[in-house]
Amino acid sequence: MRIFRDTGHLFRLAGLFAVGTLSFFVIRAFLVPRSFGEYGHYRGAAISEIAAHPIRFAGHQTCETCHTDVAQTKNAGKHAQVNCEACHGPLAKHADDPSIDPGKPDTAVLCVRCHAASAAKPKGVPQVDADQHANGLPCQTCHQPHNPAIAAGGAK
Amino acid sequence: MPGVEGFMYPNEVSLYWSVLIVLYPFITGLVAGAFILASLARIFRVEAVKPTYRLALLTALAFLIVAPLPLQLHLGHPERSYEMYMTPHRTSAMAMFGFVYLWYLMAVLVVEIWLDFRADIVALSQSTIGWRRWMYLAMTLGSANVSPRALAIDERVGWLVTLIGVPSAFLLHGYVGFIFGSIKANPWWSSPLMPVVFIFSAMVSGIALVMLLYMAATRLRRQPIDMLCVDTIARCLFYIFIIDFSLEMLDLIHRVYEADESFRSLDFMVHTRLYFSQIVLQIYIGTLTPILLLALTQVIRLGATARKRIYAVAGSLALVGIFAMRWNVVIGGQLFSKSFLGYTTYKMALVTREGLLVSIGLTLLPLLILAVLVKILPPWPEAEHASIPEAVAAP
Amino acid sequence: MTLTRRQLLILLPAAAVAWESLLAGTPEASPNYTMTEHWWSMLIDIPKCIGCGNCVRACQAENDVPDGFFRTWVERYHVDDWHLANPEVISPDGGKEGFPVAKEDEGKYFFVPKLCNHCADSPCTQVCPVGATFIGPDGVVLVDPKYCLGCAYCVQACPYGCRYIHPQKKVADKCTLCYHRITKGLTTACCEACPTGARQLADLKNPNDPIHAFLKTHSVQVLKPQMATGAKVFYNELDGSVR
Repeated sequence: MRIFRDTGHLFRLAGLFAVGTLSFFVIRAFLVPRSFGEYGHYRGAAISEIAAHPIRFAGHQTCETCHTDVAQTKNAGKHAQVNCEACHGPLAKHADDPSIDPGKPDTAVLCVRCHAASAAKPKGVPQVDADQHANGLPCQTCHQPHNPAIAAGGAK
Repeated sequence: MPGVEGFMYPNEVSLYWSVLIVLYPFITGLVAGAFILASLARIFRVEAVKPTYRLALLTALAFLIVAPLPLQLHLGHPERSYEMYMTPHRTSAMAMFGFVYLWYLMAVLVVEIWLDFRADIVALSQSTIGWRRWMYLAMTLGSANVSPRALAIDERVGWLVTLIGVPSAFLLHGYVGFIFGSIKANPWWSSPLMPVVFIFSAMVSGIALVMLLYMAATRLRRQPIDMLCVDTIARCLFYIFIIDFSLEMLDLIHRVYEADESFRSLDFMVHTRLYFSQIVLQIYIGTLTPILLLALTQVIRLGATARKRIYAVAGSLALVGIFAMRWNVVIGGQLFSKSFLGYTTYKMALVTREGLLVSIGLTLLPLLILAVLVKILPPWPEAEHASIPEAVAAP
Repeated sequence: MTLTRRQLLILLPAAAVAWESLLAGTPEASPNYTMTEHWWSMLIDIPKCIGCGNCVRACQAENDVPDGFFRTWVERYHVDDWHLANPEVISPDGGKEGFPVAKEDEGKYFFVPKLCNHCADSPCTQVCPVGATFIGPDGVVLVDPKYCLGCAYCVQACPYGCRYIHPQKKVADKCTLCYHRITKGLTTACCEACPTGARQLADLKNPNDPIHAFLKTHSVQVLKPQMATGAKVFYNELDGSVR
């Protein structure tokens, strides 16, 4: 039994480690989030939290539920594939509460974003040198943005 | 964009790992290196380095306590770091490092130091008074058994712990290398040699540090420096340094010869933005100079004073060189774009959480902790408890 | 707007009901979103991109992306003749305000919109120490902002530069593929705002998704295929100079 007496301090140390390891598992049981591991090695609840982020772009389907006439005009012209909010910007707030005035986009800034002539752009996109093309006149003098071909609507 | 040359992916312009992440492998490396030196005395029976054995252990502990601090400070949410232990991700080298660290700290270093100093602790708990007495009493874990038989058992268990400790030290720092070496997205890091280079550079820095600390502490205590001891350490340092340098050169030559898609970009970086820290500081000043100095002491017969001076200079330069190596890995790996088309710059802040002052503080903190540890557990040869049975040292 | 007030009042309740159901996550298109029934990806048609920057602005507005960081951005490549290894690439402010006018020049120009590739074998989720970033059951790579430590290891591991540390939230941040939209039957903000249809959200598990017909007849590539990340953003007519 002398061996136990002379290794007593080692057992004390081992006991200390055992207590440490045990408390680690106890603490762990409390601190790991409940939904952790639901789908994989992550907090399952995070998925629905991320999905709850507010929407800013309402989406053209929502716009078209009210603005059927504009959608009709647009779909008849060259801008048929351009969604409403591509030019008008994010308008979920307006969709939520139609009394909020979305304002009118500034064609001077807007049109040239896509149509300013640049050798870098694909050739199929209609491009103009804005200074020479319009003589300083606003784009909508001649082109109705929802259907830009001059024959289709032209100046109002 | 200021500081940007060529094209960077827009999110790459600012660096995400700062000087703190340079300190982290540097400090961890010192721990591993110091422990390897201690194990020389115990496992490999290099009796000449015995005077540094206990100092090396305490140095390893002091630096290991500080090692996770730069990581903590650099985290965006330090308060969440416990998650690393709660839900460690099996595929993440970083998560596994947390456990390797804990294993090394608790199961290896603390146990080995406790076993080795137990006789001193018991003696001190009887000779001191007041709060110091209570502190030592707590450290005895309530067992005052320092019979020759108990101490002989301690010696055997301690030997076993050191035996486990050597691969653990390799694991600890090899893992740090793996954290970088396993990132396939970054060609400057991605290399299977990285963990090996990290281990050998760690040994260089740790051995140099303990050698310097031993010389400085002995001088401060107005004791004669054991020349056989420092000569042996310096010879050891010299050989390991050569291995370390060869591995780094192997990596370099391999990169230059293979010249893969990233080569032009990395080559340009080494010749411009990294020129000073990589070529000048790391290779010329921090590696070649100390190797040549140490070689000199091996080839020419020099007086003790000259040798001491050369060791001091070579040791200090080695530390500078290894720090520069960590810098070049961590910072260098973020200066070029992963598109290989451009470069950014790293501007170190001064007083921010990840700034210069904090990093200087973190470098000095382990020395402070070591000073306290040395006060609590005097590691000096003449203070070693008389009752340690030399006859039964190691089975 | 040419609606009269009377017309508006008649239309409104119906529209309001549709909108409410959308917000509740139960639009007609996906009455009950089941994660395992989807495997999301995106198709980028490079010849269609005109570099207007609409996607970058839309992404910023939809997801509160901080200035100077990007969940999506557009690069403009200029390749001179056969010098594929030396493209001249620009992306001023991520292409948010478009690109400077290019004069007729030697070589060719094209735009490359970039975003998270939602890799199936993603190196970023692999390295996360705590499981704060993950691939969802529907193939979208997400970050849990309440669990992320902000260690930036994932930022280092992404070969495409798609991640950043959010300067205020101090956590990793990246494209969620507008997860809050696609789970409600909407497309992503960038796809919604793209005027040319250069970006198309695609569900690889949906047999009726137009991407399948497209992939049958076109030559597509992913970015950095040598990284073997299982990237799920497919590029039509990707030039060899793109990296």
